[in-house]
Order: sequence, then structure tokens, then C-alpha cells
Amino acid sequence: MQPVEQTNLFFRQRRWSSLLGFVLIGLLSLGSAWLTEFDSVRAVTSFLKALNWLFTRFHPTVESLAKLPKIGEKMAETILMAITATMMAAGISMVLAIIGSQTTRVNSFFGTISRGLASVLRNVPVIGWALILQFSFGQGMITGLLALLFGTTGYLTRAFIETIDGSSDSSVEALRASGANYLHVIRHAVLPSSLPQMMSWILYMIETNVRDATLVGILTGSGIGFLFELYYKGSYYNHASLIVLVIILVVIGIETLSNQIRRIIL
Amino acid sequence: MELLEIRDVSKIYNRQTVALSNISLNVGEGEFVSIIGPSGAGKSTLLRCINRMIDPSSGAVFFQQNRIDQLPKKKLRQVRTQIGMVFQHYNLVNRLTVFENVLHGRLGYKSTLAGVLGYYDSFERRAAYEILAALGLQEQVFKRCDQLSGGQKQRVGIARALLQRPKMLLCDEPIASLDPSSSKIIMDHLQRISREMKITCLVNLHQVDVAIKYSDRIIGIRNGEVVFDGPPAQITPLIIEQIYGTEAHELILSLETLQPGQKSPVKQSEVAHAAC
Amino acid sequence: MTTVPRKPFDKSQVWLRTVLLLLTGVTLYTLMQLSAPDLDQKLALMADNFRLMFSESHFKHLTLLEGLYGIAITLSLAIQTTLIGALGALMLGLLAARNLAPHWLTSIIKSFVALIRAIPTILWVLIFAVSAGLGSTAAVIGMTFHTVSYLTKSYSESFEEIEPGVIEALRGCGARWWQIVFQAVLPTSLHPILSWTFIRFEINFLNAVAMGAAAGAGGIGFDLFMAGGHYLDFREVGMITYLIIAVSMILESSSIQLKKRLEL
Repeated sequence: MQPVEQTNLFFRQRRWSSLLGFVLIGLLSLGSAWLTEFDSVRAVTSFLKALNWLFTRFHPTVESLAKLPKIGEKMAETILMAITATMMAAGISMVLAIIGSQTTRVNSFFGTISRGLASVLRNVPVIGWALILQFSFGQGMITGLLALLFGTTGYLTRAFIETIDGSSDSSVEALRASGANYLHVIRHAVLPSSLPQMMSWILYMIETNVRDATLVGILTGSGIGFLFELYYKGSYYNHASLIVLVIILVVIGIETLSNQIRRIIL
Repeated sequence: MELLEIRDVSKIYNRQTVALSNISLNVGEGEFVSIIGPSGAGKSTLLRCINRMIDPSSGAVFFQQNRIDQLPKKKLRQVRTQIGMVFQHYNLVNRLTVFENVLHGRLGYKSTLAGVLGYYDSFERRAAYEILAALGLQEQVFKRCDQLSGGQKQRVGIARALLQRPKMLLCDEPIASLDPSSSKIIMDHLQRISREMKITCLVNLHQVDVAIKYSDRIIGIRNGEVVFDGPPAQITPLIIEQIYGTEAHELILSLETLQPGQKSPVKQSEVAHAAC
Repeated sequence: MTTVPRKPFDKSQVWLRTVLLLLTGVTLYTLMQLSAPDLDQKLALMADNFRLMFSESHFKHLTLLEGLYGIAITLSLAIQTTLIGALGALMLGLLAARNLAPHWLTSIIKSFVALIRAIPTILWVLIFAVSAGLGSTAAVIGMTFHTVSYLTKSYSESFEEIEPGVIEALRGCGARWWQIVFQAVLPTSLHPILSWTFIRFEINFLNAVAMGAAAGAGGIGFDLFMAGGHYLDFREVGMITYLIIAVSMILESSSIQLKKRLEL
């Protein structure tokens, strides 16, 4: 019968296309495993071994509690660094975003430059910036701070541009129509309507930067990352585990606090 | 023969909001029953207590003489295959084709794996095609559902329910989102289904005129209680007022304006009287 | 004479300003604490380095082909991580969606996932490197954790956006949970799932560069680390940076394209 053959064809096509999808994904994963010499058997066994190790050995002891003041100090340093990098980046991004946004740009030339700069900044990983900045500033907190600043500026500029474009289109038009000049428009239309959303992004970046600061710290020898590296290399895993716990507490604490603030301001 | 028996069914939400209180009903095979009542009266809850999309708080539900309100999950699935459901918002998987959506009606009969993979045999596919053709959708079979109009979507919803080979259809406001001409097509189909296929239809409606035109029997619900149960001929303005309370006047008026030519059991003079 | 009424107390405004002020204060405090001897000289040095890096970039210890090979390895790390992570997240995402799983289960999974995210990727990699040894295996496992966490959250949010009626309709037909998942949930959220997965792939590429540099996972990240940390050749660093930026920008724009296409 005609219609049934038609449906046979339909289901056969469906099946072939999903089969094709699975084969492609399979080839992709096989190819990439071959390139990186990823050994799936070893991965599974070492994963299980590591989980076992994680639960039996990777925990703080009474002895490691003595390191708590030191850890706290480095953690505080990391948090300060994350906040500072984020706030400085927010300031720069604000300017770049106003220049780069479709709604508020001065002209398309500066707009493109601003967006291009942001794109370059965020498309190099933070650790790349850290490596590059080490040439000029050596090891230490400034390198870490600047690396975070670069990456965050790239990210926040994009976020701020989206915020401005999304929230202030109509109010900008209204104010322009009433004869306000450029700065007035920024001050009275763009900022009030996008500031809460921008604040939300800033809070999010602070949380991200506490985590990224750990990574950057390992490379530049600063903050909590440096301390972790120290204990880790020396096989003081109990101390290292205490650091992990502290980071968990801090990050979740910041996240909770940010969510509370978001709930009020948004 | 009674197909469905509802005995003293109550539903209380969150230990305080009473949606249904002590509803008792019998519905026979092939009957076309409309349930009318103001919004929030408990019409939807009543329908869903029958196929246990909502569990009643107390009382008993019998379907084909089997008590179903306490069935375990597996048995419940079997019962659900016997009861088709049609929804106000059609509830189709929009990204799939009409055909696949209709075949979903077979899932209750299938093994988990066959259902997961979407494997349907040629009998099922032929049946699905025939039902779609009977509903006038043969041109739409391989279209995606998001390309259909509301009336077409609702026909797909009916086709899905019919493919279950049900004994009964539960229709929850099937025409509430449709324009008048699509509404008429849908109601005509439902009427044919109940008359020709002897499938019991239980239809929630908020248009009294439609209920009067199509039903063998009308059940009026207010505040979770049955306040009327009888043939359309017994509906009077007084009864409409009992069912709808203060909303009634508008309804009676719209009844008058919408169906001026129809031979309604409600006498025009009485309507005018009630509207005053 | 009419008097303009006083501005009413706006809680959100006050909070916004307070938080902003507080954070600015912390920033100023930190900047003052920071001892940076001869900062102006170093900034000048930085400007000069940047100029050399990006205007006189070259390959020296590396050929272009080797650079591309490094990119291929890094992309492969990202692909593996994304695929494994997506598979795990699909499972967890279904169990974390409020319309598909009981409430107690969704909250357990959501907090579990938040816990995973709290630990930086590099620490996950290092923790797994203790038994697996530093290298691509540890990097893939470690990066998979954040991928699972991120994708579980986004997938489950996409699942939760499905119209409740669709699930109800299939349950009404007597369909089982797995059948509903494969016949309604996955077809409906296929596009958001693809879109989120690609966005994560983009993030994982940068992560894989970072893990190459900091955790010996190989690829272009390791080349970058060698050029910068070992050979101290910033012209080569510039060249490698160009490569990374190029790939990353291609990924970013394809992700935007994909998103546009899928939303149609």
C-alpha cells in the first residue's frame, strides 16, 4: 500500500540520519583520542583509583588545621585580587562597552576597534596573559592581577555591550528626542537601566576570578594557588585538601551572597 | 452497560483547597457527555482524576468494572491506554512530525526500548495513516507540528488519542483556543467518533451553546459539586444561573446572540426574561 | 506653592550603590597595599614587549606545522572533554530537571553540581594527576568535571522549559519515563542542547590551552608555556598567541552562527 511504503521510507531516512550522527560523533571521539593518545582503559582505572584516593587520603588532618591561618591569609589575598581585577576591568569595560554598543557608539570605527580589542582580550586564556605579562612584571601578584584584568575586561565588555543593547534602546531614543546631549543620554538613560544587570555580571566575574586566580597563582607564585602548588609538590596532601575545602566554602559563600544581592537589585 | 463509575470522589489540594467534593457519576458506553461550569469549578480536575493524572483524595473510580484509583503503576499504564486524552493546548511535540506525534498513542502498548527508539510496526503505521486520513490530514502527515494551524493541531491530538484504540476520550476544553469554524470541525469529529466508533466522549466545555448542540447529556459543576446532570433539553436559564452564578447573565445573552436560529430548548422569551 | 515630594526610599538602588561603593573601596585598599616599585618603567617595558611580541612574531623552536599540530591536540582535548561531559550531563540533567525527577533528587544533583563547580578546574586536574600522572588523561578527566557541572545546569534548565502539557499528554497515553525522555524531551530540547554544548566546547578549548600550560596536558598550551616560560622568546609567544586567538575567534563566531541558525 502506498502510504505505508511512504512511512517506511520516512522512518528509514530518520534512522539513517541518526545513525550518521552517531557515527560522526564516534569518529570524532576516536580521532581525538588517537591524537592525544588518550587511553580510555587507563582513564577509567585511574579515575576510580583517584576517587578512592580522594575519599581515603585527601582530607585534612588535625595537623593541617595548624596551617589554617596561613591558608586564610592567602585566601584573603586571592579574594582581594579577584575583586580588584574585576572592578578595574569593570571600569575599563564600561568605557569600551559604551563605545562598542550599537546603541551608544560614537561612530562605527571606534565601535569596531573596541569590540575587536575585547575579542582579542577574551580569546586568549587568562593563563596566556599571565605567561606574556611575566616577561615584564616577573613573578608575583601584579602579573596575576593584570592577567585577570585582561581576561575579565574582554569578557565584561561583551557582557556590558549585550546589557546596554538589551535594556536601553527605547529610553535612549526618548532622551535623544528630547534634545539631550550624548553624556546626558549616557548618564540618565543608559546607566540607570543597565547598571543592575552590569552589577550582576560583576558579581559573577568576581566568583569566576576567585577560581581563575588559583590557576594564575600557580603560575605566577601568588595567592592561594601558590600555596596549593607548594603543598602539592611537597606531597602534603592533607594541607592541600584543606585548601580545596576553603576554596569551596569561599566560592559557594560568594555565590550565595551574590544571589542574595541579585535578588534585591534586579 | 456502565463504562465509567465515579463514586464519592473528592480532591483537596494542599489540605485546604477543595477542588472536588463527593462527585458521583455513571457514564455509559458511547455516550457523549459535556461537563460545563465556570472556570475553577473543578472540570479539569475531574477529568484528570479519571485517568489519574491527578490522584483523587478520596472516593473510588471504576473503569469497565475495575477499580482504578488504587492501581499500581504498571496496571495504571494499561488502563491509560484505554483512555485517550485531548487537550486545550494540543500538547504535541512541536519539533516532531504529525506522523510521529500520532504514533505516540502507541507508546503505552510498547516495550520501553521499542518506544525509546521510536520503532512502530507496519500495522501501527497503517492505522495511524488511516486515522489521519479520516480526520482530513493526509496532506500534513510528514509536516512538522509547529507548521500546523490550531485546528489541525487539535486534529493531530485527536488522532493520537484514537490510535490508542481507546474506550473513552477525555477532552479538556478541546475548542477553547480555536476559532469558531475550527471549533465546529473538531466538535463534529468528536460527535462522529462517539456515534460511529461507539467511543465514550467526556468533554469539558465552557460554551453552553456548543454543549447543548452536541451532547447526549450535560453535567454542570460548580465549586466542585455536581449541580446538574441531565439531557440538554432540561437546561433552563434557571439551571444556567445555578451553574454559573453571577456570570450567568452574559452567558445567557451570548447564547441568545450566538444561536438565534437554533432550535434551543431555552425559549427566547425566557432568556429575555432572565437577562432583565 | 507645590512642593516636590521627596524621592521615595528605593531599596534596590540603595543596595546597588552600597555594594558598588564597598567593592570600589576594597579595590582602592588593595591597590594601595600593592607594592609596585618602578611601575612606570615596567609598564613601559610591557608596552615595548607587546610591540615586539605582536609586530615581530615568528616561529623559532616550532614550525607552523608543529603549531597547527599543537592546535589539533588542544582541540582534541576539548572535543573529548566536551563529549564525555555532555554524556554525563545529559543523564544528570534529566535527573536535575524539576519536571522529570522528584524534588529531593533534583536538589541533591543541583547542589552536587554546584559543589563541583566551586573547585577550580586546575585543582581537579592536579588531584587526578596524583594517580593518573600529569598528562592528557588527567587533564581530560579534570576538565570533564566542570563541563558536566556547567552542562547539567544548562541542560536541566532547557528541559524545564518544556511545556508541562506535552509530558502530561504522553503520560496520558501510558508512556514510560524513558519513552517520554526520548520521544518528547530530547527532540524538543535538541537545539538548546546543541547550542549549549558548542558554547562549552568553546570554553573547553581555552581551558585545554590553560591545562597544557599549567598541567602538562600538551598541545598548543604547552608550546606556549615552553616559548614563554622556558625559551623566554616572546616573539614566538606572540605567534602562538595569534594562532590561539584565530582558532578561538573562529569557534566563537561559529557558535554565534550556530545559535542563530538553531533559533530559527
